[in-house]
Amino acid sequence: MSWTGKILRVNLTEGSVNAEPLNMEWAQQYLGQRGLASKYLVEETDPKCDPLGPDNKMIMATGPLTGTMAATGGRYSVVTKSPLTNCIACSNSGGFIGAEMKHAGWDMIIFEGKSPSPVYLYVEDDHAELVDASEIWGTSVWYTDEWLHNRYQDPLLRISAVGRSAESGCLYAGIINDLHRAAGRSGVGTVMASKNLKAVAVRGTLGVGNIKDPARFMQVVNENKVILAENPVTGQGLPAYGTQVLMNVINEIGALPARNMQEVQFDGAHDISGEAMHEPRKSDGKPNLTTNAACFGCTIACGRISTIDKGHFTVENKAKYWGNSGGLEYEAAWALGADTEVNDLDALTYANFLCNEDGYDPITFGATVAAAMELYEMGVITDEQTGGVAFNFGSAEALAKAAEWVATGEGFGKELALGSKRLCEKYGHPELSMTVKGQEFPAYDPRGIQGIGLNYATSNRGACHVRGYTVASEVLGVPVKTDPLVTEGKPELVKAFQDATAAVDSSGLCLFTTFAWDMTNIAPQLDAACEGEWTPEKLVELGERVWNMERQYNMQAGVTKADDTLPERLKSEEGAARTGPAKGRYSEVEKMLPEYYEKRGWNEDGVPTDETLNRLGL
Amino acid sequence: MHGCLQCELACSYEHEGVFNPSRSRIRVFTFHQEGRFVPYTCTQCAEAWCQQACPVDAITLNSETGAKDVNDSACVGCKVCTIACPFGTVNYNHSTGKVIKCDLCGGDPKCVSACPTQAIVYVDADQTGYEKMRQWAKETDNNPSASA
Repeated sequence: MSWTGKILRVNLTEGSVNAEPLNMEWAQQYLGQRGLASKYLVEETDPKCDPLGPDNKMIMATGPLTGTMAATGGRYSVVTKSPLTNCIACSNSGGFIGAEMKHAGWDMIIFEGKSPSPVYLYVEDDHAELVDASEIWGTSVWYTDEWLHNRYQDPLLRISAVGRSAESGCLYAGIINDLHRAAGRSGVGTVMASKNLKAVAVRGTLGVGNIKDPARFMQVVNENKVILAENPVTGQGLPAYGTQVLMNVINEIGALPARNMQEVQFDGAHDISGEAMHEPRKSDGKPNLTTNAACFGCTIACGRISTIDKGHFTVENKAKYWGNSGGLEYEAAWALGADTEVNDLDALTYANFLCNEDGYDPITFGATVAAAMELYEMGVITDEQTGGVAFNFGSAEALAKAAEWVATGEGFGKELALGSKRLCEKYGHPELSMTVKGQEFPAYDPRGIQGIGLNYATSNRGACHVRGYTVASEVLGVPVKTDPLVTEGKPELVKAFQDATAAVDSSGLCLFTTFAWDMTNIAPQLDAACEGEWTPEKLVELGERVWNMERQYNMQAGVTKADDTLPERLKSEEGAARTGPAKGRYSEVEKMLPEYYEKRGWNEDGVPTDETLNRLGL
Repeated sequence: MHGCLQCELACSYEHEGVFNPSRSRIRVFTFHQEGRFVPYTCTQCAEAWCQQACPVDAITLNSETGAKDVNDSACVGCKVCTIACPFGTVNYNHSTGKVIKCDLCGGDPKCVSACPTQAIVYVDADQTGYEKMRQWAKETDNNPSASA
């Protein structure tokens, strides 16, 4: 049946750890991971709760294919209410801990309440206990990882942890697992730290042995591995360049936001691209990229393993940053680089290392630095705030300093740690925050790619590319090419991508498989593994159900139609693209929105109608 | 070699019907600081230490594949073979009370077919060097006009 059928419920207030059966009726309707954990959150918490209070819960959830041999079957999600957006948050991560959790016999771990003192959760198969974490509270993720591995003398212990940024209240802290994989967005790490939970350490030796039809499963898994291998994106582009394969492509079509989204192209794009990561450095002749790396069970292997030049100003006399670690992916390289106009690859890699070491989201961090740079150049933020550091666009020194400050929550880092919305509001320029629902945009400009703008505006976790990646269609032609500059047909496209994504995010598989696979590839793998009948149609409907459930949660939390929009800069003539193929264009999100609501079966205020809710069983 | 663990999953599934790296006969080691991933398993020694150390002759030569196979019905779980093996590729499985090691899947190793990057290949032991030789031969400059 491929679910373990077991949930671990951890009450941090009481210090109790209890096993309970998974609700299998819900599993048939919400599958796993994002969908199923969201169902539990919706059922068990008040959407109006304080995200950082004891009434909020945090759920770590695997999908039914997590821990199996299905290619990319190593994902897990963290679902909670976000302190950054006050909306539902679902952050998804690969690495190895998701599979380990499953191999230990757990579909999900639900954390509730708040511990009176710092603790970590240790899980070894059926055994689970909360342990005093006072020795590692106030330390980084990397230190915590090493400390736990030493303590248990087990190199195969898999660890998720929060760093000092989360502890000091950074609103976009993530949860880092396996040193450099991240449930990165929307401040899920901030929630974890607010519960005085430092880490989750898991060792699973039971494995997954309850596949419904093992022979059929192995056959469809093998067939679909071949499809990934033969696809030019998943078989060649992603292994060679990672998601960074996009940097030059997106810049060329004029959709690479720069200077806090004032521009849509960046002169230094090549310097920070996937191609540049392969080029030998002048100083030591070695490229930034050492190798690509896979998450559990993944036959794509898009991960980047990189080094920083030992002589680079950011790491002089800092030996702990001289070895290999998780390198730049596209969204991080864009936010840390293009949006701040810093074209120094090693400086970006350094900032990325710090994001992993102390657990904070490089997208929101980079975009917040970019907003601060704009405020600095306007004279609104001055040397008084920055402690004398010139905070101009293009300054690698400012970027490195900002990363160090946010990592530990010191100095100006305290303000940067609140995200651009709060920063810009504080300094009287809310219009300079490039966010939706309080969360910063990723690396695709809604002026040059119309569909993605509509997706940002309507995404249930604030601006986000991986809720409905219409870039696949509008730029890469997957599954069919659409014109990025037109709005016609985009509401339907956005809905289709959003629903399919919600289904993939609930399965245990990685969204990146959908460059090569669609629901007709994923459904047979689920059907061979899981109890019940899993068809492509059922999956799409499940995705739509998840989307509408998240929407209902958000509306109860206070979201309205007015929040389904983009900053003025991106949707007005004054902010129109000044260069490239999208020159003169701005996002026509408001033109697309009514049709989107209609396609969704929502009324003109964006509220799901009773008919829609009944159809989806909500 | 990117550390995906497909080989470990294929191995544990083939031998125990479960996706479980901790029951795999092949293991992938990650050297994080160096950015390296190394799969490692039994080399099927000709004069196998494990075989010689076994007090109950539970490890025998499979004449078809050349593998040293563990006979589960004979193994008493004394673990002497795990000490004898210089490479550590024989390991104890506490849930069965027997040792486990690579048996080449009877001549069709599942780790090989599962590997997406051909980091693991199955070749005749008498010819393990030929592919490398071919590569070097290709580099050799034997163009007559070049030496003229």
